[in-house]
Amino acid sequence: MLAIRKPGFLNRLYLIEIIRGLWITMKNFLFHKKVTLQFPEQRRDYSGRYRGQHYIKAVNGVENCTACMLCPTVCPAECIHIVAGERDDKEKYPVKFEIDSLRCCFCGMCEEACPKDAIKLSNIYEMSQQNRTVYEKDFLMEQRGNK
Amino acid sequence: MSQLEQMLMFIKVGIVLAGLLATVPIMLFVERRGSALMQNRLGPNRMGPFGLFQAACDVVKFIFKEDRAPGHVNKFYYTIAPWIAVIPAFMTFAVIPFAGSLTLEGSTTQFQIANLDVGVLYCFSIASLGVYGIIMAGWASNNHYSLLGSLRSSAQMISYELTLGLSLVGLMMVFQSVKLGDIATAQGETLFMIGSVAIPKWGVFIQPVGFLLFLVSVFAETNRLPFDLPEGESELIAGYHLEYGSMRFALFMMAEFINMAVASALITTLFFGGWQLLPLFSVAVAWVQSLNLIPNPDLVQVLFQGISFVIKVASWMWFFVWVRWTLPRFRFDQLMNLGWKVLFPLGLLNVLVTGFLIYKGVL
Amino acid sequence: MIDYSLLAFFIFSSIAIFGSLMVVFKKNPVASAFALVAVFFSFAGLYALMSAHLVAALQILVYTGAIMVLFVFVIMLLNQDLPVEDLKSSSPFFKAVSGLGVLVLVYALVRVAILARGMEPKGSLTEDKIAEQGGNVKLIAESLFSDHVLPFELTSFLLLGAIVATIALAKRKNVAGGLKS
Repeated sequence: MLAIRKPGFLNRLYLIEIIRGLWITMKNFLFHKKVTLQFPEQRRDYSGRYRGQHYIKAVNGVENCTACMLCPTVCPAECIHIVAGERDDKEKYPVKFEIDSLRCCFCGMCEEACPKDAIKLSNIYEMSQQNRTVYEKDFLMEQRGNK
Repeated sequence: MSQLEQMLMFIKVGIVLAGLLATVPIMLFVERRGSALMQNRLGPNRMGPFGLFQAACDVVKFIFKEDRAPGHVNKFYYTIAPWIAVIPAFMTFAVIPFAGSLTLEGSTTQFQIANLDVGVLYCFSIASLGVYGIIMAGWASNNHYSLLGSLRSSAQMISYELTLGLSLVGLMMVFQSVKLGDIATAQGETLFMIGSVAIPKWGVFIQPVGFLLFLVSVFAETNRLPFDLPEGESELIAGYHLEYGSMRFALFMMAEFINMAVASALITTLFFGGWQLLPLFSVAVAWVQSLNLIPNPDLVQVLFQGISFVIKVASWMWFFVWVRWTLPRFRFDQLMNLGWKVLFPLGLLNVLVTGFLIYKGVL
Repeated sequence: MIDYSLLAFFIFSSIAIFGSLMVVFKKNPVASAFALVAVFFSFAGLYALMSAHLVAALQILVYTGAIMVLFVFVIMLLNQDLPVEDLKSSSPFFKAVSGLGVLVLVYALVRVAILARGMEPKGSLTEDKIAEQGGNVKLIAESLFSDHVLPFELTSFLLLGAIVATIALAKRKNVAGGLKS
């Protein structure tokens, strides 16, 4: 039901309400804590579960990835392209590992699907780039994030 | 006109022009930082200390932007409209006294560009020209939103000009003059004493209702929130300056800020004692005079009067900004109702009551 | 030393003449209205040059600031797509009559200018005496509210009648068959 409020006389006079409103803005102006974050100097702390830029976890410069193709299978945006190869020690490894960051929807399913804990979504959120939208393997191999 | 008088005239015009032009970047800064702080933000603070140079950057940006006009506009009126908005804004200040009088070498100078016979009427008549800039801009832009904005502004200006004039009739009756210089001088007298504190004969104490009416209608005349319907970002995009860019847009903005300055100066002159010294300033004047730094003691007096005037005007301009970030915009029918059904009858009543009180000898 | 008031006179009068021509010759009604604004404004300037500051202020306040704003307002609201009438297609009789009228007016104007040459303002209305008695505003107000108070009030009654009539007409248009709101 629509309730119609009938303002009282003092309310309809506006003046007192206006003065109260002015006081509220002045209070905000003078006393309130400002919420602005001074970005390049101050950074916001994101939750550990934040899904930002990808990277492939590596131990001693060797990627954990075994090119098992679970992540391209599960990826709903179909943005992961892997070409598998064989290392000298008969170990399977990704020759090519590309993530099309324009297609990626940052759902984090690849991270969940990965049995070797290789593909990770870091909490880096500054991902503006000038020319490359496909993350190549070399780029992904840089160890980012805190996971 | 003697050489001295001519020189003083140049100085006065220079002071007023420089002051008004300086208002624009200062108000740009104050408006941006002030609004930000009121909204719990920080605002522009990167350029220079406290972001003070931000205004200079804005100005430079405006100047160096390409000055292009859309193809569908009426070129002639589109080009002159900003100037028609900005020139009356400057002209209005000519009759506002910004300090007392100074006697130099036997001739007395009023610190006012022109002490016209018609005083306040001149202000109103020139201020009413400002609306043509808006109407022209809206019409020449050949755009529905712009036209709506300018139609709104013309209706609004006409409605509130009535109240604007009427609210001052009581004041003119009390001070027996329309000359702003006379009104400012008359406000130096003492109205009554509370203990040992003298309450000066300021317009606001004599004509409180007239002051409120004037304040509201001056907000409407300067197109500031809560009466910024001609611009109305959320409904008319930007109203009459939708099709404008670069320096032409900046001229409209300049006109708005200078109108604000003139309105504040009018409020100060008519209702808050004009250049009369602020309380406690007379002590400061006496102290500086006793230091004997400046040979002419009257000059010190005039200097402090000027400072008082600037402080008063500045606080009223801050009030404009303050109100802008407090109140939401009126709806158009509310605006018209307020103007015609509330303020206008109140103004008439105010004249009637003032006349009665003068007849009874109270005022 | 240039005579600034003469210079101002020439500027204002040329704006007035040029503006009046524009009012007639512009095909766009809004542009005509803007030209008329310029004419009224330059008239105010001419009045001010004659030290009639009050008349100048009222000229701008009333004509330029209020009436012309309403004119422009109405033209902009109503006249968006009105077909422009071609003057060439009007009847030769109409052309002849208007031409004759213009000639008569010009003759009258020249006559008046010749007659008024060398005339001084009549009576006590010199500039210094007006200033002595408290200025234009005071003198006009006093004579308006003492000697001429009856015509003044009658004029306001006339205006009131006009307002009432306008409202009656407007209301009738809104509601078919009567003055009911």
